[in-house]
Amino acid sequence: MDRQILLEHIAVPGIETFDVFRSKGGYNAVAKVLKELSSEDVVAEIKKSGLRGRGGAGFPTGLKWSFIDKKSSKPKYLVCNADESEPGTFKDRYLMEHLPHQLIEGMIVSSYALGVNTAYIYVRGEFKYIIGILNKALRETYSNGFLGNNILGTGYNLDIHVHPGAGAYICGEETALLESLEGKRGNPRIKPPFPASKGLYDSPTVVNNVETLAVVGPIINMGGEKYASIGLGKSSGTKLISACGNINKPGVFEIEMGLPVEEFIYSQKYCGGISNNKKMKAVIPGGSSVPILPANLILKTAKGIPRLLTYESLSEGGFETGTMLGSGGFIVYDEDTCIVRNTWNLTRFYHHESCGQCSPCREGTGWMEKVLHRIETGEGRSHDMDLLVSIASKIEGNTICPLGDAAAWPVASAIRHFRNEFEFHVAHPEIVKIKDHGSIEKYT
Amino acid sequence: MPGFKIDHIQYKKNNLKVEFSADTLEKVEKIIARYPAECRKSALLPVLHIAQEEFGGYLSVDVMDYVAVILGIQYIEVYEVATFYSQFYLEKTGKYVIEVCRTGPCAICGGEKISEYLQKKLKISDGETTSDGLFTLREVECLGACGYAPAMQINTEFYEHLTVDKIDTILDLLTKNTNTEKPEGSRWTDKFF
Amino acid sequence: MLKITIDNITTEVEEGTTILQAARKIGGKIVPPAMCYYSKLKGSGGKCRSCLVKVSRNSTVDSKPTSKLVASCSTPVQDGMIVQNITSPEVLEARKAIVEFLLINHPLDCPVCDQAGECDLQDLSFEHGLETTRYEEERREFNQIDIGENIKLHMNRCILCYRCVYVADQLTEKRVHGVLFRGDASEIGTYIGNVVDNDFSGNVIDVCPVGALTDKTFRFKSRVWFVNPMNVHRSCTKCSGKAAAWMFGDEIYRITGRKDKYGELEEFICNECRFDKKDKKDWVIEGPRKIDRHSVISQNHYEKIVKQSIIKPLEERTEPQE
Repeated sequence: MDRQILLEHIAVPGIETFDVFRSKGGYNAVAKVLKELSSEDVVAEIKKSGLRGRGGAGFPTGLKWSFIDKKSSKPKYLVCNADESEPGTFKDRYLMEHLPHQLIEGMIVSSYALGVNTAYIYVRGEFKYIIGILNKALRETYSNGFLGNNILGTGYNLDIHVHPGAGAYICGEETALLESLEGKRGNPRIKPPFPASKGLYDSPTVVNNVETLAVVGPIINMGGEKYASIGLGKSSGTKLISACGNINKPGVFEIEMGLPVEEFIYSQKYCGGISNNKKMKAVIPGGSSVPILPANLILKTAKGIPRLLTYESLSEGGFETGTMLGSGGFIVYDEDTCIVRNTWNLTRFYHHESCGQCSPCREGTGWMEKVLHRIETGEGRSHDMDLLVSIASKIEGNTICPLGDAAAWPVASAIRHFRNEFEFHVAHPEIVKIKDHGSIEKYT
Repeated sequence: MPGFKIDHIQYKKNNLKVEFSADTLEKVEKIIARYPAECRKSALLPVLHIAQEEFGGYLSVDVMDYVAVILGIQYIEVYEVATFYSQFYLEKTGKYVIEVCRTGPCAICGGEKISEYLQKKLKISDGETTSDGLFTLREVECLGACGYAPAMQINTEFYEHLTVDKIDTILDLLTKNTNTEKPEGSRWTDKFF
Repeated sequence: MLKITIDNITTEVEEGTTILQAARKIGGKIVPPAMCYYSKLKGSGGKCRSCLVKVSRNSTVDSKPTSKLVASCSTPVQDGMIVQNITSPEVLEARKAIVEFLLINHPLDCPVCDQAGECDLQDLSFEHGLETTRYEEERREFNQIDIGENIKLHMNRCILCYRCVYVADQLTEKRVHGVLFRGDASEIGTYIGNVVDNDFSGNVIDVCPVGALTDKTFRFKSRVWFVNPMNVHRSCTKCSGKAAAWMFGDEIYRITGRKDKYGELEEFICNECRFDKKDKKDWVIEGPRKIDRHSVISQNHYEKIVKQSIIKPLEERTEPQE
């Protein structure tokens, strides 16, 4: 279960440079596909691997690629989504910082598979130093003949440019990202049309997450079937999990899909248990947008089966008792955490990041934040919980993009699993008016 | 929680002469060349970053109008974008813009206390600038440093695993650096574009 | 031609038609409301979500339903598509939710709003809104700004449909206003205290579904249901000169474009016609304009009076003998 595909060479000194990366077999996949494989072969290989988008939605990558409008007379684009802004998620930053060439290699292979000659990496504006690292790595790749015109003498041309964002979580949504890349406000587009037919500059476009693209090289090297045999069932391969919160060893871990959640949290190899010997209260396993689960339900499903780190196992039980793997941003809360305060905090995030284009999200996120803030500061009313559940349900599914769902789920799930804490807040304003009241468990 | 009165200031054009240096202009042209010829607007975000860096750390109306002319777009198209993204500042900022993360993972690891300490130490609240023009303090949403919480960003640099002592050291260093140049590593537009 | 069934009524439409357009082709109660979509403005729609419908079958080849409700204004029809609008409780529930969201920060100042009586938000609320509000928080309030000599902007009333931005983009040479800032602090504005001033700027008033953009020359002059709309025309070098004059007795209180039954302008008119020609002598009066809408204005009794009126529709009029 400690199979390392992406991070295999992470500890090698200088792995961020072209020469060291190349000496470890880097860019072999580029040479292989350009000289031996057709673009269809590459897409077929990715389909065989069962690779699913690592940005959060988990959509099969090979299938996404096959939607690209090949007949279009317009140029085709590949855009790497490096607008990593989901609270709890910091894996792409880690990957780009330490293994920039892994991403570039994957982008060259993917561009070739998609018939792309210009690709962009959209990096969130806060990651300025990452932009420096990527540009340096790109210059090395160009000067070694793996980018530019007539790559390795095969006649294939590809340019990759880095594009900075400027502070907007919404630009992680693929069509908002394309708008932003076109120099506009990050308003998600109304779909259809989808980017595969009308994306960047109205041209066929594929947008993939950093981790998704980075693993394309290794998949080509080992073969799709081999990759599919790693992991568990439809959750093939490995996944980067960025773990944070009240744990002993926060950081980025590459796990083989299927690793039990309990082992991940308590093993010294991964999170190393809960910090300060406290008890675990709850976990948000896939970035702040996915439903929160209390300790018992994150370790075991409602049926008592140990929960595993796979798309399927985490969603077991649906919204009632399950959650989602999402982007793999694993946030652990200890027993002292006030769930109401944290739910308010995350809702404030979605309120702040809503683009304001469609009415349910623009108005609903702010409404939820205000109600949650009232409850947290001792001004709650007994009907507020039902009101919040109702607002969340009215945002969910009715918005242009998934930010609405992402704002609704944390609220709905927190009330579903921790309703008593909300009720306590309403019933005991004198206690919760104290700012650092922490978990209400000690008062009950 | 602040009141819900939204008081967007009407900004004014001062008709000051704004012009990139020859070197910067060359860099800007290189950036524009990354995009198809008819899509110059694509360069808006990177060029605004450069303009903000070059013209005093914020985007005045004159600066935005200049960028619009360079890219061949309407002025309003620049205003629309500059007001959308949180990293573009519309008013003068301090030499160092301290952005403290306030989102969930940082908050449960002491982020709120870090922000409070900064406010107390600098004697300013969220969004304000110290009277000496050195520091602007802003609470921001997730910086993507959740595993290294609490975190903040000062200009281009990330500062992580923050403690009160660590903040004292960082601010002391920045305060002592009294020359007009920003410290090494902060001029990312030179370094990284 | 593609076959589509909406609320059990089947029709055929051309490829590229949206569900909303197909519904308008059928007409009647099954037409979803549209607060942001405007057929004459490219790119409009999809934002307000009031036209959400349920697709219970995607097409003949793909018999699955869609997982979420879809915006009928921007979803193209597929052959064999089956759609539910007013026959779906889920859709009606969602529409109720949208009205609630649109209203929580709305000032509800209809008594002093010039748009009252011809306001799409009023109509939508009347049909789908709650009788009371569940919103107990402070309402959002923008400071007032002016955006032109003849156009009043009331940002508090705006629902951010973006129509006025599309008008400026698609009808005029130079757009000076747009949507600024983000999220629920977004506002329509010029950023620099600019004025929206060009020959066709007045059309932003007609496309505005609420009272956010109103005609200053008509400000507080009369409630719309007290004035009678007449089809009028004049020869104009800038536009077709075909307009609607809203009259009180012999006086023209305001000029607007002619709106169809979905509240959309038949033709955009120029500012000269709209703001400067308020004398009856400026216009040829064709006759009363039928308001084919369910708004307050069409509830007025004037149509009954007009039947016995001396003003006959143009086509029925005979030239006086000399």
